[in-house]
This record gives sequence, C-alpha cells and structure tokens, in this order.
Amino acid sequence: MSFTTAGYQLAPVLPELVLAIGAMALLMLGAYRGQGTTSTVTTIAVLLLIVVGVLEYTLPAGKQVTFGGSFIVDDFARFMKILALIGSAVTLILSTEFLADASRRIFEYAILVLLSTLGMMVLISAGDLISLYLGLELMSLALYVVAASNRDNAKSTEAGLKYFVLGALSSGMLLYGSSLVYGFTGTVSFTGIATAATISNTGLVFGLVFLLAGLCFKVSAVPFHMWTPDVYEGAPTPVTAFFASAPKVAALAVFTRVTLTAFPGIVSQWQQILVFVAIASMALGSFAAIGQSNIKRLMAYSSIGHMGFALVGLASGTVEGAQGVLMYIVIYVAMTLGSFSIILAMKRNGQAVEQISDFAGLSRTNPLLAFMFAMLLFSLAGVPPLAGFFAKWYVFVAAIKANLFTLAVIGVLSSVVGAYYYLAIVKTMYFDEPAGQVDPVRVEVKTVLAVFGLFNILFALFAGPVVSVASAAAKSLF
Amino acid sequence: MTTWPILSVTTFLPLVGALIVYLSRGDDEAAKRNSRWIALWTTLITFAVSVILVMRFDPANADFQFVEKAAWLATGITYHMGVDGISLPLVILTTAVMPFCIIASWKAITNRVREYMMAFLILETLMIGTFSALDLVLFYLFFEGGLIPMFLIIGVWGGPRRVYASFKFFLYTLLGSVLMLLAIMALYWNGGTTDIPTLMHTAVPRSLQTWAWLAFFASFAVKMPMWPVHTWLPDAHVEAPTAGSVVLAAILLKMGGYGFLRFSLPMFPLASHDFAPLVFTMSAIAIIYTSLVALMQEDMKKLIAYSSVAHMGFVTMGIFAGTMQGVAGGVFQMISHGIVSGALFLCVGVVYDRLHTREIAAYGGLVNRMPLYALTFMIFTMANVGLPGTSGFVGEFMTLLGTFKVSIPTAFFATFGVILSAGYALWLYRKVVFGALVKPSLASMKDLTLRECVTLFPMIALTILFGIYPKPVLDMSAASVQQLVNNYNTAVTAVKAAALLH
Repeated sequence: MSFTTAGYQLAPVLPELVLAIGAMALLMLGAYRGQGTTSTVTTIAVLLLIVVGVLEYTLPAGKQVTFGGSFIVDDFARFMKILALIGSAVTLILSTEFLADASRRIFEYAILVLLSTLGMMVLISAGDLISLYLGLELMSLALYVVAASNRDNAKSTEAGLKYFVLGALSSGMLLYGSSLVYGFTGTVSFTGIATAATISNTGLVFGLVFLLAGLCFKVSAVPFHMWTPDVYEGAPTPVTAFFASAPKVAALAVFTRVTLTAFPGIVSQWQQILVFVAIASMALGSFAAIGQSNIKRLMAYSSIGHMGFALVGLASGTVEGAQGVLMYIVIYVAMTLGSFSIILAMKRNGQAVEQISDFAGLSRTNPLLAFMFAMLLFSLAGVPPLAGFFAKWYVFVAAIKANLFTLAVIGVLSSVVGAYYYLAIVKTMYFDEPAGQVDPVRVEVKTVLAVFGLFNILFALFAGPVVSVASAAAKSLF
Repeated sequence: MTTWPILSVTTFLPLVGALIVYLSRGDDEAAKRNSRWIALWTTLITFAVSVILVMRFDPANADFQFVEKAAWLATGITYHMGVDGISLPLVILTTAVMPFCIIASWKAITNRVREYMMAFLILETLMIGTFSALDLVLFYLFFEGGLIPMFLIIGVWGGPRRVYASFKFFLYTLLGSVLMLLAIMALYWNGGTTDIPTLMHTAVPRSLQTWAWLAFFASFAVKMPMWPVHTWLPDAHVEAPTAGSVVLAAILLKMGGYGFLRFSLPMFPLASHDFAPLVFTMSAIAIIYTSLVALMQEDMKKLIAYSSVAHMGFVTMGIFAGTMQGVAGGVFQMISHGIVSGALFLCVGVVYDRLHTREIAAYGGLVNRMPLYALTFMIFTMANVGLPGTSGFVGEFMTLLGTFKVSIPTAFFATFGVILSAGYALWLYRKVVFGALVKPSLASMKDLTLRECVTLFPMIALTILFGIYPKPVLDMSAASVQQLVNNYNTAVTAVKAAALLH
C-alpha cells in the first residue's frame, strides 16, 4: 500500500515533518560543531518555528484526516498549533540571555524545545489514543530534560526529577485509562469511542476517570497540581515561561478534543468531574497564592487557578464552552508570556531577582515596566477593559448557558480572592518605597513585553476578529 | 447637522489627553506644570464638547439620543453609545466636576504629577463611558475599569492608611460587580443580546428577574453605597487625596443610582416592585443610622462621607418609590449631591492643605481669619442640610414626596434624616468655623486664594441656582423619567391585574 492512497496523505502533516527534519538537522549541526553553535542553533530554531507556523496557516481550510484517522487537522488544531508555536518561539527568544552564559551554552536546549513542540503538535492533532500518548510522551520527555537544563543548580535538577517522576506516574494513569477505554469499547479512535460510548457502561467511565486524571496532571489542575509550584520555582525562568505557555496550550487542546469528540455521549459523566476539578483549581489557585513571596511560585499558583477557569468553559460541554476555552488559552498565553518577560527583565547587578519584595517601588525606578506589569496583573485578575476580562467572560458565559450556576458563582468569587494577590503586587510596585535600581532591560525581552503588553491592553479594540476565529475553531470540533 | 460622533468624542477626549500627558516626558518642575495644564485644558475642552451635547439634546424626546453603533465582539454585543434624560445630566456633572478636580490638585499634588493627571483623565473617560454605554458588556467595561485608576489614586497619593483603604475599595466593589457580571450573562442568553435598549423591551421571566435584580443590586448597593455595605466609603474618602474624594462623592457614587434607573427598574420591574420594601427599609436605616454615626465623627472627611451615605439613601428611596416625583427627585438629588458633596470635600481640602489635618478638634474660630471661607462653607453646609433655597432641598423634598405616596412609614422615618443632617452639619460648622480662634496653629491661616475661589464659587452659583430654579435639570430628565415610570407602572399593574383574574 502506497502512502499516497486515500487516508494516508502526507500533506496534512507537512508542518510536523518539516519541524521533525529541521530538529534532526539542527541536532547534527550541534553535535558535529559543538557547543559554540548554541546561538546559531537557537536562532535557526526560532526561524524554523516561524516557518512551521506559516505552513500550518497555509494548509487548506477544512478538516483533513490522515493516517487512518489518528491525525486530524481542523480549524481547532490549526488554531491551537499556531498558538503553541508562538509560545515556543517566544520562549526561545526569551532564553537567549540564559543560553548566552558560558556555563550554560547548551545547543540541545533549542532542539529539545523543538522536539517538545513537535510532540505538542501531534498531541493537538491526535485522533486516537495511540497518537495522543505518542504526542504526550514526546512533549513531556523533552520537557523533563529542559526543566533540568541548568544542571549545576540543585533546584533545577530537583525540578526536573520531580517533574519526571510525577509525570511518569500520570502517564501511567493515562495509559491505564486508555487501556480500560479500549477494553470496553474495542477501539482507540475517538470517533469509534464516541459511537460506543453512547450507552453508559461502568468500565468505560472508570477508564475515562483515569484518562482525565492523566490530562489534569498535564494542565496542572487540582488535585494533580502538586508538581507545579516546585517545578516553576526550580526551573530556570525562561523554561518556566515555556512550561506555562506552549505545553498548557497542547494539554488543554487535547483535553478539549478528547472530552468533546470521544465522549460526547456521556457528558454528564465527565461534566461532574470537570466541575469539581475546575472549582478546586480556582479555589486553590486563589487561596494558596496569597501566601507566596516568590514571584515564580506565585505564577505557578496563578496558572493553576487559570487552568481552573479554562476548564469552566470545557465543563459546559458546548460549542460556546469550547470557544471559551480557546479564548481563554489565547489570552492566558499572552498574559503569561508578558508576565514572564517582566520577571526575566527584573535584574539587579546582573542577578535575577525573584522575590515579590524586589518589585518594591518599581513604578519609580522603571515606570514603563511597572505599568505594563500592573496592567498584566489587573488582566490576570480579570478586570476590564483588559484582555483577561474577555477570557473570563467567554468561559463564564458558556457556563451560564449550560446552567452551571454554582460553578459560575464560585468561579467569580474565587476570581475576587485571586484579585487580592495580584493587587498586592501592584501595591508593592506602586505604593511602596523603591528597593533599588533595576538593570536596563535587554532588547529581546523588551520587544516581547511590548507585543504582549499592548495585546493585553488594547485587546478590546480587536477582540471581534479573535472571537470569530475562535468561534470557527470551536465549531470544527462539533 | 453634522454627524460626527460627538458622544464618543466626549468620552475618549480625556484618554487622548492622558496620552499627551504621557508623551510630555520629564520629571522636573516644567514637566509637572505642563502635565497640569494639559490635564486642565483637556477637561475644559471635554466640558465644552459636552455643552454641545446639552444644546443639541431634545428634552421632549424620551429615547436615547446621539446614538452610535458599531460592530464589536459578536452579534448581540456591539459598541453602542447614547444618552437620554437620565444619563445626560450625569455626563455633564462628570465633565463639569473634572476641571475643578484638576485645579484642586494644582498645589496639593507635588509628586508623580504626570501619573496623577493621567489617572484622572483615564478615570474621566471611564466615568463618561459608564453613563453613555448602551451595551451591557461595554457598560461593565467602563464601570469596572474605573476601579483601576481609582485604586491607584487612593493608594499612591492617599493618606497614611491608603493601602488598606484602596484594597477595601477595590475588592468590595469587585465582589459586588462579579455577581452582576453573571446576571449580565444570564440576560444575554435570555435576550440574545446585551443591547440595553433592546433588553429594556425584552420580557424577562419572573424567576430570572428576581435573581438578576439581586445580582445587580449587589453591585449597585455597594457602589451607591447602601447600608450595610457602605463601610468601604468612609475609609476610601478619608485616605483619598482631595480630588479623589471629590470624584468619589460627586460621580462614582452616582453610578449606583444610575444603575438602578437604567437596569433594575426598566428591566426587572416586577422584581423591583417585590423588593421595594427591602430597599425602603435599607434606605431608611441608612438615613437615620449613618446620620447618627456622622454625629460621632472626629474627622471632617469621614463626617461628610457618612452624610453622603445618608443622602444616597434618599436617592434609592425615591427611585424605588417608582413615582414621577420620586424618580425625578432621585435624579435631581444625585446631581445636587454631586455638586454639594464635591464642594464640601473641596472645602475640607482648603483647610487640609493649610494645616494637614482633618481632625475637627484641630480647628475652631476660622471665621476670624477666613471670612470668605466661612461664607462658602456655610452655603454648602446649608445645602447639605437641605435648606430651602439650596439645591439640597429640592432633591430631598421631591424624593420624600414621591415616597410618601407609596410608603408613609419610610417617608416618616426618612424625614428624621433631615433633622439629623442639620444636627451633624451645623455641629461640624460650629466646631470648625465659629468660636474663638485660640489655637496657635490657626493664627496664620490665610483666606481663600484665587485658585480656590475659582473652584468653589461656580459651585455656589449652581447650588443656589438649582435651589431656586431647578427647572433645567428637571426638564432635561422629565421625558425619560416619565417614560421610565410609565413602563414600570404598566408592568406592575399588568401583573396585579393578571393576579386578580386568577
């Protein structure tokens, strides 16, 4: 059988192929030319990600399925992939300084990010449980190594190891769930599961629970969030920025696809799980962040809370809910990358500072940085007219339509609690006395900050087109 | 007639001004002076443009005018602006008060002037937008967005307990508003749109009315503020800089009343009718209780803050009476209170700038050194009491009259507020202004400067003008109020008739 026959075209996977071959080629380049090529490899890697993004964008519209249904390219996949590619490219740009240090000139870093991104793309396009697992492991294995990339630092290696052990456990659960689902439906393809799962059977629900547990781990939703604060704090800051953006996109995408396309017949079964997970994540994210003094740890709890909000949209199980998830993740990625570019910019005498108290009086030492961060924080808190408000609007509006009133009320109330700790940072920056000058900000960090900061502030102006793209992408799932 | 988007221009002019202030870099004296002047001119031009609104406004037309509509988020959620007789007076109040705020901050604010002016200009845009938005999402955007600049104004330029006050202000208001947000979403699914004029004519099921009313009430009661959720206000007022207090008292508090008039009454008439006794009770308690609390205050700003809560009680009482006099009186009382309380805070600012304390006990006998100030303060104190001939009287009288028709006990108890307000206001005035000037710190107090006269005298003129001749405001709002009251009564009587048939 030739690969050109129907059902096995290579055209839909062209971006992935380019990325895979490009990553291999770069690996060869680095392996033969040594660590001196780090900056070259990183630059080419960024360009490669951009090229792949353009290829993805130019793929013919509409739904294409290949490899016998295990690989799906639709509007939803394209949307999420481009977002993940942006996240990866931006974090590579933000890593320039980290990689410039003589002790950390590791060209493998960029290649690992590329391979991880490849995993994400496979994950986003997964049409059956096999390709889901394949993509998930490719993504995760690369992430474990990247977390430990600052290998002389005990915290960084600890983060990598912790992530690996817990990640392996969650993969185990996911595999167990998958095997149960396969056992009770006789198929691994999502469409096949959807047909078989219309009548509720207990074994399948068991499998579903394990499957969701594995996915919850990847999006760091409560009660599978334990790794997040430690890994966020321990990993080098550019890596944390990476963890907080692209992998979250991919994990949330596959979460959405699995629940909505493989189990649409038993919505009531997974809806209650998601409602619980969303409430727990929002509440924990809000309350646990209050006591944090390290900004990266705080961002970890903040991301747990935000994943809870995103899952509010998914819990409604409707096309509006899927649209809400898409809107949420776009805005979340923009806010996160903006915030991490500020955390990266915070340096005193060449040393990165990570304590919240180090931000004291920033509004006087660097007004623009403080203003951008304040706007990002207000946005994370969901205060209009900033982008974060629209993210919350679209997930809660879906929850209201699905009559999930309790979930919505608890959600907005925990967003008020969450607002407290974001305000506390604004207070530190604006109301407190300066803690000393900060170093001038590097140009690439400044650029990233400008792009995402302005996106965040001016979102209301161009919200319309984003909404319609997200709406089209959400519809492609149904 | 030209078709330039006059309302959007009024709304976003201050934002443009804020950008210009931002672009005028530098931190020296010249830069500070520049930003002050830019801010002043921006607010003055904005006021001038809003005067065009008044001139072109047709008071006989009860519907929305100067309507602008553009696509925004999706079908059903649009950029929709417009004003009617209820919102236009509040828009004018906003544009009129802002220049005074800028002038009042001229000397009082010396650090981070640029940021201060930007915060005020952005706040002005958000406030005007709140009153002119005709889409619920757009309204919410402006309504909540105002928290950010106000949070910074209190927190950066405020008094010693500014952090506490700013957090309390922000979180309290946010907590009320997020519930309203959920109600907005429910209305969106009920009517398929968030367009306010459309929703006003969309029937809302009884159960949804009740829940939505409560959610909106949570937000507006906090904003208003009504007893017992008023506790953020005294803190915010005391810690805020003078101009911040003025904006807070004159405009931000009016958003609550405006919300009741724009949403609660027209969209949920049945729930409003059901809950009217609750509002009456809360208003009466607010009027009496906060007046008594005001009597006990040792801080001038806190006293005026509590008196604001009492005066807002008259507004809520009048609005939910649902009668022509009550609602029109509520609108008038909001405008009058905007002028009078704003002016009172300016009066406090005058002495605070000189002595840097707001303790009532630190003053006494100011009339000997500051006769002009004593006279000005006297007029506003009388207006606050509600003396006939001042604007305060008209509003209080009309709301009492309107309520009397509906609920005699409420009107009865609320009338005590008039007596009590005379108590605390005159007590404050006597302690501060009369008596012998014995305190050595007061010996060198100077009378009103020209700058202070510029801010206070126009307000005196308005207070007395509206006291003797309230027609301009009442005429402007009459048609819209009439329509609101008619629709409300129609809806309520229809249900009563239906209940009788069964």
